Amino acid sequence: MNGAQDLGGMMGFGPITSEPEGEVFHADWEKRVLAVTLALGSLGEWNIDMARHARESLHPADYLESSYYEVWLKGLEKLVAAHALATPEELATGRLRHPPKPTSPRLAAAGVAAMLAKGAPYDRPPQASARFEAGEQVRTLNVNPTGHTRLPRYARGKRGRIERVRGVFVFPDANAHGLGPSPQWLYLVSFPASELWGREADPSLTVSIDAWESYLEGAG
Amino acid sequence: MASVPMPIGGASPAHAHDHEDGELSHIEWRVRALESLLIEKGYVDPAALDAIVETYETRIGPRNGARVVARSWADPDFRRWLNEDATGAIQSLGYSGRQGEHMTAVENTAEVHNLIVCTLCSCYPWPVLGLPPVWYKSAPYRSRAVIDPRAVLTEFGVRLPASTKIRVWDSTAEVRYLVVPMRPGGTDGWSEERLAALVTRDSMIGAGLAKDPASLAGAPAA
Repeated sequence: MNGAQDLGGMMGFGPITSEPEGEVFHADWEKRVLAVTLALGSLGEWNIDMARHARESLHPADYLESSYYEVWLKGLEKLVAAHALATPEELATGRLRHPPKPTSPRLAAAGVAAMLAKGAPYDRPPQASARFEAGEQVRTLNVNPTGHTRLPRYARGKRGRIERVRGVFVFPDANAHGLGPSPQWLYLVSFPASELWGREADPSLTVSIDAWESYLEGAG
Repeated sequence: MASVPMPIGGASPAHAHDHEDGELSHIEWRVRALESLLIEKGYVDPAALDAIVETYETRIGPRNGARVVARSWADPDFRRWLNEDATGAIQSLGYSGRQGEHMTAVENTAEVHNLIVCTLCSCYPWPVLGLPPVWYKSAPYRSRAVIDPRAVLTEFGVRLPASTKIRVWDSTAEVRYLVVPMRPGGTDGWSEERLAALVTRDSMIGAGLAKDPASLAGAPAA
């Protein structure tokens, strides 16, 4: 979706504020938001693409005026309500009014290290051969999906080059909407800056994205 | 420690009015309400929450990545492995898992400088760098890194020769990137531990360079 999360190439946000290496959190509530997001995510009620879509579906003004952990909090509240783990009323009051929904067992403290170390690999065994090979010229589709996508606006309808065939990966555009993993071939695609930004672009700049096969068409 | 978090959009004039004490405590209240509700319903274990926080405060951070870079500088076989199969090479040092399942390492050279961004959210290689800094998740960085990285680098104090090409990697899939900064001169024969002390978090994102060896206490050993 063309939401506020799709920031590449926007202007007017001002300078970057750097930060010392040791600063992990900036308030105690940020720690709790991170931890609750990870622990609740481990129940498997939703996947990472659904979580990203919940965040990017915030009103654009709300998204930009919120800190990153506020965005996570707001996304999490939406997921909790949408997946019936709690009602909006319970979320608003913090008071339990309904029994819990049956879920897989909660994450135990003893299981945290193993859960983080295991991760959730997103590659899948190939079922068909790849359509493109390294070195091929391709064009990204000019599309404006209303749902979740990982093809940024700045890289749509652009001619690029396949640099690597990554393998077959879960397709977020489907997975975010409960349509299953629908795995597709994934490619590393690079673009000269002039293709993305026009004649005034930095001639020494190349930008690359990782793009699923259905984002691409041949441009031989 | 700043008590008021920076909004994604940066320090806008409106922000100064929006986040007064009242709103901040409102956020704190919302988080507390959510957490206690989820605990009461049995979905989360408070001890597990503490363990997650403790992990990212003390165990998983950029010192992990610094050890990967130092090994790559010191060991040509490891360097080759890292370039061909970053996930496997990094895992051999004990760093793997969440948000590092599929790694790619990119080496800075005199010819090419690499910079990592996630324009769409905040994708970042957690097992080697820990949780991302605020600026990495903010609109100023995410918007500008792909269109004007040279100016972005200048703000970080990095001035590259005009002849150096810039390569920006937008993390749009589950592939996570680690920049291997250039090894500073004057470090021949250094131990991996000493080398790792030169490797900063920002240098492994591409927003900085490795430290000057002279900046380390007791550096001129020879």
